[in-house]
Amino acid sequence: MKKNAQKRKWIGDWIFRNLTRLFALFTFLVLAGISFSLVYASWPSLQKFGFSFLWTSEWNPPMERFGAMIPIYGTIVTSIIALIIAVPVSFGIALFLTELSPKWLRRPLGTAIELLAAIPSIVYGMWGLLIFSPIFAKYMQPALTATLGNIPLIGQLFQGPAMGIGLLAAGIILAIMIIPFIASVMRDVFEVTPTMLKESSYALGCTTWEVVWNVVLPYTKIGVTGGIMLGLGRALGETMAVTFIIGNTNFLNSASLYMPGNSITSALANEFAEAGQGLHTAALMELGLVLFVITFLVLAISKILLMKLKVGEGSRT
Amino acid sequence: MNLSSKRKLVNKIALTLSLLAMSFGLFWLVWILFTTLQLGVAGLSLDLFTKMTPPPGSTEGGLANAIVGSLILVGLATLIGTPIGILTGVFLAEYGAGSWLAHATRFINDILLSAPSIVIGLFIYAFYVSQVGNFSGISGVAALALIVVPVVVRTTENMLLLVPNSLREAAFALGAKQSEVIIQVTLQASRAGIMTGILLAVARIAGETAPLMFTALSNQFWSLNLNAPMANLPVTIFKFAMSPFPDWQQLAWAGVFLITVGVLALNICARYFFRDEIQR
Repeated sequence: MKKNAQKRKWIGDWIFRNLTRLFALFTFLVLAGISFSLVYASWPSLQKFGFSFLWTSEWNPPMERFGAMIPIYGTIVTSIIALIIAVPVSFGIALFLTELSPKWLRRPLGTAIELLAAIPSIVYGMWGLLIFSPIFAKYMQPALTATLGNIPLIGQLFQGPAMGIGLLAAGIILAIMIIPFIASVMRDVFEVTPTMLKESSYALGCTTWEVVWNVVLPYTKIGVTGGIMLGLGRALGETMAVTFIIGNTNFLNSASLYMPGNSITSALANEFAEAGQGLHTAALMELGLVLFVITFLVLAISKILLMKLKVGEGSRT
Repeated sequence: MNLSSKRKLVNKIALTLSLLAMSFGLFWLVWILFTTLQLGVAGLSLDLFTKMTPPPGSTEGGLANAIVGSLILVGLATLIGTPIGILTGVFLAEYGAGSWLAHATRFINDILLSAPSIVIGLFIYAFYVSQVGNFSGISGVAALALIVVPVVVRTTENMLLLVPNSLREAAFALGAKQSEVIIQVTLQASRAGIMTGILLAVARIAGETAPLMFTALSNQFWSLNLNAPMANLPVTIFKFAMSPFPDWQQLAWAGVFLITVGVLALNICARYFFRDEIQR
């Protein structure tokens, strides 16, 4: 009797252990499934266009000629704009939260910034199109043209009709969306800097800024880079907000950031429903595959950098 | 100017800029929330919850089918994704620990956590929708469930690792098997933390639009059939916000209001749960 109960318990234990292992393998299955099905679905396009798909700019569904250069350009340009704005702002926020803010304000302010990440992207999109872009066109774009527009070389980026939508507007909305991700990683890694190091520099007479710039930042640079890469991964794959505001056109013959464009994600969101089975769908699937490969690499680098910081943390203290 | 006052000046400028950065972040949050409240509350009415989405050409209508559809999709996806996530999290924290399988799983899971959700939609489309031949509610559930899993895995593992080892050792000393220790001791001890993860996962998928556009699509009519396209709030908002009719845009704002309030409430609840956990 008693032996049977023991045996049953042992079997139950075995089942539970292997059940958890099975579901851990499920994660691999999802990754393999995504990779395989994207390659499978885009096979006709992969076969027909080969690598030239990446640098051909013609996107012509009726003629069945597809090239991804314009969406790839849009994705990269909007993400770069987002990083240029978001990185310094996030650094400022992390600095404020770790060194400047009174203790009782840290939690509520940190939560408020994290709530920016909780707002669904469709809300950013609708708000961006209907509220932000008219104001952007009326006040900010003329101001930018009058100032940055006069600088030689980069001036031409800020020339053109102020429409409110376009690459620059999409980049700005993306910046707001990735600030919370970068800022919270920066705050977390700033907090792992040993207090001893900071206090030593204060004792030598450093100002708060000098401590952060010359001690905290060099100590945490790997983690900070990891956080920036995480934000980049988010920006590259963001769909709805960009779809609303980027303008959705596959023609682009000007360097101006005021021009409407297209990103990989907005092309997918807009065209997929209308695309007939066949080469058009396959080409869109290939866009998805390109996006997946790029974001996978960026996020993998981010993860490796953040893991390095954790290992280093253990060995240095 | 001598060196000391120059250094002090640089410090002041930097700290002022940091304050400005903080205000910059808060500014957008306040602006977005203000607009959502202002325009969303104006669109609230009883019709919103009782009438179907308006057909093309008509302006009379509500969001009843979209609200119910969203509740069904999110509810089922959470029910499916949560157990998978918890069991994987248990493996990572309790069984796998240092094994290569756990390391690799953790790595892939963290990438899937931040991977673009539109790719998940494409995957389900290629894997299921295009094989079956029609958009369906069940494929929407599958896509959302795949987004739930990594969130729950991450929080479950983190919460289990917070449980002190002495608790496990005490249970083992009483003769408990490992599965009993996990189910009756460590999972119980981290219940509130895991609940937090589930709430955050629900908040995450409640506003997801991109994956649903390739799977559940949308439906103008009342339908509870999981094998047919299913109405849902995010895709309906997308459709109506892009439309030229003011009445439809008004409905979209009301939908945005419902989602935003829901998601923020879930986030704040989650934080509340978690704080309780830490204090104990």
